[in-house]
Amino acid sequence: MKANDSIVEKSFSFSKKKTKKEFNSKSFLGKFAVYFLLIAVAFTCLLPFYSMMVTSSHANSDIARKLLLVPGSEFIENYKRLIDTVPIWRGFVNTVFITVTSTVLNLYFSALAGYGFSKYNFKYKNLLFLAVLGTMMIPGQLGIIGFFKLMDSFQMLNTYWPLILPSISNAFGIFFMKQMCDSSIPTEILESGRIDGCGELKIFHRLVLPLLMPSLATLGIFSFIGKWNDFLTPMIVLFDNELQPLPVMIAMVKSQFSTDFGAMYVGIVISVIPILIFFSMVSKKIISGVTAGALKG
Amino acid sequence: MRTSSINKSKYGFYFVLPYFIAFLIFGLVPIIFSLYLSFTKWDGFSDPVFVGLDNYARLLKDTFFFKAIGNTLIIWILSIVPQLVLALALAMILNEKFIRGKHFFRAVFYFPNIVTPVTLGVLFSLMFDWQTGSVNKFLMGIGLIDDPVNWFNSPWLSRFIVAGVIMWQYFGFNMLVFIAGLQSISEELYEAARVDGASKWDIATKITLPLLRPVLLFTFITSVIGGLQLFDAPLMLGNGPDNSTLTMVMYLFQTAFQRFDYSYGAAIAYAIFIIILFFSLITMKFSKMNKVEQ
Repeated sequence: MKANDSIVEKSFSFSKKKTKKEFNSKSFLGKFAVYFLLIAVAFTCLLPFYSMMVTSSHANSDIARKLLLVPGSEFIENYKRLIDTVPIWRGFVNTVFITVTSTVLNLYFSALAGYGFSKYNFKYKNLLFLAVLGTMMIPGQLGIIGFFKLMDSFQMLNTYWPLILPSISNAFGIFFMKQMCDSSIPTEILESGRIDGCGELKIFHRLVLPLLMPSLATLGIFSFIGKWNDFLTPMIVLFDNELQPLPVMIAMVKSQFSTDFGAMYVGIVISVIPILIFFSMVSKKIISGVTAGALKG
Repeated sequence: MRTSSINKSKYGFYFVLPYFIAFLIFGLVPIIFSLYLSFTKWDGFSDPVFVGLDNYARLLKDTFFFKAIGNTLIIWILSIVPQLVLALALAMILNEKFIRGKHFFRAVFYFPNIVTPVTLGVLFSLMFDWQTGSVNKFLMGIGLIDDPVNWFNSPWLSRFIVAGVIMWQYFGFNMLVFIAGLQSISEELYEAARVDGASKWDIATKITLPLLRPVLLFTFITSVIGGLQLFDAPLMLGNGPDNSTLTMVMYLFQTAFQRFDYSYGAAIAYAIFIIILFFSLITMKFSKMNKVEQ
C-alpha cells in the first residue's frame, strides 16, 4: 500500500513539472478562486446584519413591498413603537447586571478552585478533579425541571439568584484555570509569601490572582458571551416582563409585534450592535482564546 | 514543618469546596429531583403524586417525541456535514502563507457564533417570511423565482433553513478549532513533502487530513452533544409545518413550561439524556474502531 502511494506521488510530481508560464496562470486562477470563496463566505456572514440594519430604518409598508438595499429614515418611528410596548433598555440593563455579577463569581471561584487543584495535595484530589471533568458531560437541561421546583421551594423564583449563583460551579473554568496555574504560577512565589507570613487566602488574593490576569481575561470574555446569550433559564425562572434579560425580550418582541416588522428589526439591531462593538474591540483575544481552548481539548 | 504542610493541604480542599457545594445545590440535587419527579404526576400547582413508570410508558407511545428525535437528527446531520466540510476547507485556505487579511476573514467568519441565538432565530424568521422577507424579494429581484416561496410551509425547506442557520452560526467556530489543529502540525513535514516534489493536493490529502483526524473526530463528538440539544434558534423559527422542525429540547420546554406537564417534561429530559449518551458512545466507539484499524 505504502509503495503504491509513493509511486502515485512520483507520477504526480512529474506531471507538475510543466512549463513555467502554464504553472503561473494556473496558480493565479487558483488564488483568484480561493479569494473569491473567502469573500463570498464573508459576504454571507455579514449580509444578514447589513440587511437587518437597512430594514430597521424603513416603514412597514416599504418592508412588505420592496427589496431594501439602502438605509431609510423611519428608524426613530420604529424605535418609538418598540419601546412603547417592550422595555428593551430595561432588558439591556438587566442583562448587563446578570452577566457582570455572574462573570465575576465565575472567575473568582474558577480561579480559586483551579488554584486549589493545581498547588495543593489534599485527600481524594485526583478523584475530585475527575468528578469536576465528569460534570462537563452532563447536558444542561437534564435537571431543569428539578431546578425549577427547587428554586420554587427556596422562594427564589422571579429573582436573579437562580441565574447568578450557579456561576460558582463552572467545570470548564476550573479545568482551564488549573492548566493556567500549572503553567504560570511558580511554587517559589507561594513559598516566599508563606515565609513573609501571609495566610493562604491572602497569598491567593495578593500573589496568584494578579499573575492569572491574562487567563482570567480570556475566560471572562467567554463566560460573558455565554451568559449574555443565556435564554432558557431566565425564561423559566423569571415571570415579570420588567426583570427579563435582553434575549427573552427579543423573544417577546417576536410574539407581540406579529406584523410590525420595523419594530422587530429595531429590537434585533439593539441586540446585535453591542455584541458587534464588543467583538470589534476584543476579536484578537477571542480568536486566540478559541484557538488555545481547542488545543487544550 | 511537617504539620504546616498538612495544614496547607487542607486549604486546597477549602478552595475547591465552593464549587462542590454550588454544584450540589444547583446541579446534582435538581438532577436527582428531576428523576424523582419523572416518576410522579405533577402540574406545578398541587403536590406531586407518585405514579411509577407511567410517564415513561406514555413516552414510548408518544409519536410527537419520536418525531422530535427524528427532526433533531435530521437537522443535526443537515447542518454538521456541510459545516465541517466548509470549516475544513476554509481552515486549510487560511493556513496558507500567501493569503492576506487572515485576521479579518477569521473574525468575520467567527462573528455569527457569538451573536445571541434567539436574535438570529428572529432575524432569519423575518428574512425568510414568505410575504415580506428579504430573501424572497432578493430571489425575485434577480429573476430566480417568479412567485414568493412559502419557506415555512414545506417540512423540508423549514428543516433546511433551521440547519442552515445552525451551520451559518457554527462553521466559524469549527474553522478556528481546525486552524489550531493545523498549526500544531510540524512545518518540517511539509518541508520534507515539498522537497520530495509533492503537490498541494498531495500534501492536503496525504499529510494534513490524516494528521488532522483526531481534531476532526473530537469536533464530531462534541457536536453530537451540542447538536442534539438544539433549542434557542429553532424555537424562534417555530415548530414548522406538521411539527417538522420541533427539536427534542423544544418539545421538553413546551411540554413542561407551556403545557405545565412538569413531570412528563422530567421524563423527556431523562430520555434526551439517554439518547445523547447513546449517540456519544456510538461516535466514540466508531472513532476507537478507526484508530485500531490504523
